[in-house]
Amino acid sequence: MFTSERVRAIAYQALLLAAVVGIGWLLVANTLYNLSTRQIQVGFGFLSREAGFEIAESPIVFDPSNSYGRAFLVGLLNTLRISALGIVGATLLGTLIGIARLSSNWLVARLASAYVEFVRNVPLLLQLFVWYGLITELLPPVREAIAFGDLVFLSQRGLRYAWPQAAPGWSAAGWAFAAAVVLALAWRALASRRQRATGAQWPVLWPSLGLLLLLPVGAWLAGGAPTQVDLPRLGGFDFRGGRSLSPEFIALLVGLSTYTAAFIAEVVRGGILSVPRGQAEAAMALGLKPGQRLRLVTMPQALRVIIPPLTSQYLNLTKNSSLAVAIGYPDLVAVANTTMNQTGQAIEAIAILMAVYLAISLAISLMMNWYAARTRLVER
Amino acid sequence: MNRIRAQLFSSPANSALTIATLALLGWALPPALRWLFLDAVWGHAPASACDAVRGQGACWAVVAEKFRFMLFAVYPYDEQWRPAIVIVMLCALLVLSAMRRAWRPWLAVVWAFGIAVSFWLMGGGAGLVPVRAEQWGGLPVTLMLAIFGVAFAFPLGVLLALGRRSQLPIVRSLSIVYIEVVRGVPLITVLFMASVMFALFLPEGLRIGQLLRAQIAIILFVAAYLAEAVRGGLEAVPRGQYEAAEALGLPWSKSMALVILPQALRVAIPSIVNSFISLFKDTSLVVIIAIYDFAYAVKKSVETDFAWKKYFIEAFLFSIVVYWIFCFAMSKYSQWLERDLARGGHG
Repeated sequence: MFTSERVRAIAYQALLLAAVVGIGWLLVANTLYNLSTRQIQVGFGFLSREAGFEIAESPIVFDPSNSYGRAFLVGLLNTLRISALGIVGATLLGTLIGIARLSSNWLVARLASAYVEFVRNVPLLLQLFVWYGLITELLPPVREAIAFGDLVFLSQRGLRYAWPQAAPGWSAAGWAFAAAVVLALAWRALASRRQRATGAQWPVLWPSLGLLLLLPVGAWLAGGAPTQVDLPRLGGFDFRGGRSLSPEFIALLVGLSTYTAAFIAEVVRGGILSVPRGQAEAAMALGLKPGQRLRLVTMPQALRVIIPPLTSQYLNLTKNSSLAVAIGYPDLVAVANTTMNQTGQAIEAIAILMAVYLAISLAISLMMNWYAARTRLVER
Repeated sequence: MNRIRAQLFSSPANSALTIATLALLGWALPPALRWLFLDAVWGHAPASACDAVRGQGACWAVVAEKFRFMLFAVYPYDEQWRPAIVIVMLCALLVLSAMRRAWRPWLAVVWAFGIAVSFWLMGGGAGLVPVRAEQWGGLPVTLMLAIFGVAFAFPLGVLLALGRRSQLPIVRSLSIVYIEVVRGVPLITVLFMASVMFALFLPEGLRIGQLLRAQIAIILFVAAYLAEAVRGGLEAVPRGQYEAAEALGLPWSKSMALVILPQALRVAIPSIVNSFISLFKDTSLVVIIAIYDFAYAVKKSVETDFAWKKYFIEAFLFSIVVYWIFCFAMSKYSQWLERDLARGGHG
């Protein structure tokens, strides 16, 4: 009986399961005992208790009398905010540097290579410390802030900028812009379907730009053409009015973007290099202009190779945003840390942290799988 | 001359780009070089000498002044020759392991010996003054966390990779869950978990120090990434090899050890080296749980001394140069290794 492979397989798995369950039960028992001796309640009830601490910056209103649950929400929003902006910045900068590395201009290619080789081999934490130190030490104090007209001020305390005051005209313009994006995409789908059916090419670029420009402007005019702007004004020890970006935010954004851009540059370079030269030559033989060649032949094939490692870099950037806790930006990890120290509810806080990051990883992975499936090469 | 024309000035747009880039370099480079080298204060000098050139020249004297703290943190002054030996020994072991001629079973024995000697030198006992783990710090801690992290995570990673490809459903599920969960969360959360939760997991009275907790967390973290690297290697081994081992009548353990793993690991080694480089950079995160690695030691060395506090940029630049030297050397080695292995050499 013991030589039968099926029996052995079942026996091994039963043993493994017993070992894992046994160790798990031991850890849980120890944990519950230790928690009870320290008089710490297990459970997520603490989330409705009053937080009692300030959060330095938040996209939604938060004061110390709000609950821990709301504090976690603020942390999550801060994390998403810096990750989204970081992804945009890193992609733009990384694509530029990746293309620069392939440039026929020796000087530009060498400089881009030097950038990538330098930034990739230094820990992100040190880069963040340096950016944060540069901003808080090298920028002038608030009273001598670098001014761009009356609209933008750069100082030790961060970036202060003018922003239009909220009015119906502006929100109407915002909605009109969203509608214009949807309409432009629909127009593009319609035009490509028409082209597949009849061969006739409807213009796509200019009508789309027109929509994106005219619809919001029209809505703005219809809403009364509001022009009131919230200007930052120096009063007392700091600016009043306008919107601001804290030094922590700026340092984290610049650090994350420049660091991830170096990795994205390598991904983009690999993708472009993976398209065989014959493709470009065939496109030229067909009489396609350079712009058309790039758009219709090179980029689709390069993107197929670029997208999977690119999403992996996006994931790394999101995980690296947790370094915010080291320079004082109140992201999810920083809020969880404060909560852990105040309430002792370490397990629940860490469980929330891990669940959130796993959800983000899963979402990004699913999107990547969907895109890869859509663009997969169907081979004979 | 013609080559310069072709590379830099081949078209109007290209020429404009070259001229713009040269102009940018000409504007930024001379002041930077002056600050970094020409007007800087080198060697031992009092803080006042640095204050005199503040803004024009870098103060490298801060590195000379705080050198010992940056390298060894709070390790007892008289015994600092011991961590110095550990640094040299671990670097020598890394260089030895890099040579393909050394890829033999005796390398594992040499490593085991090296690890044991490192612990003896750092911790003391048996003829040396005992030094508690709370006092270990600086570059030896960074090297130890990274090297021992990969060394001890490697067997676990191989097991996870094999488990993930296993036919047994429970083994496969457990492996997949472990790998995907650990790879989906940041290292900081794992370090927090180690720092606050290990104390709760263990029975009353049993306590493990902060450094050991961080080391265990790093081992558990790296194992998941190594598992993926080894899995890539396992998938690269042609099915014929598995079938041939079966045909020879080898049991699973022997076929893995003698046929599959040697081939799989050869393919996986560049990925493993890349994981090591990433880990080396990530050891700086133990700052968050207040462990004195090299990065934290550098940060603390200037933070607490009022006279030198404003020269933190020079201190950080020093640590950046040290990290860069290690990581750049390792990445160049990884590229060389990949090319060398692809040539089909036997190891």
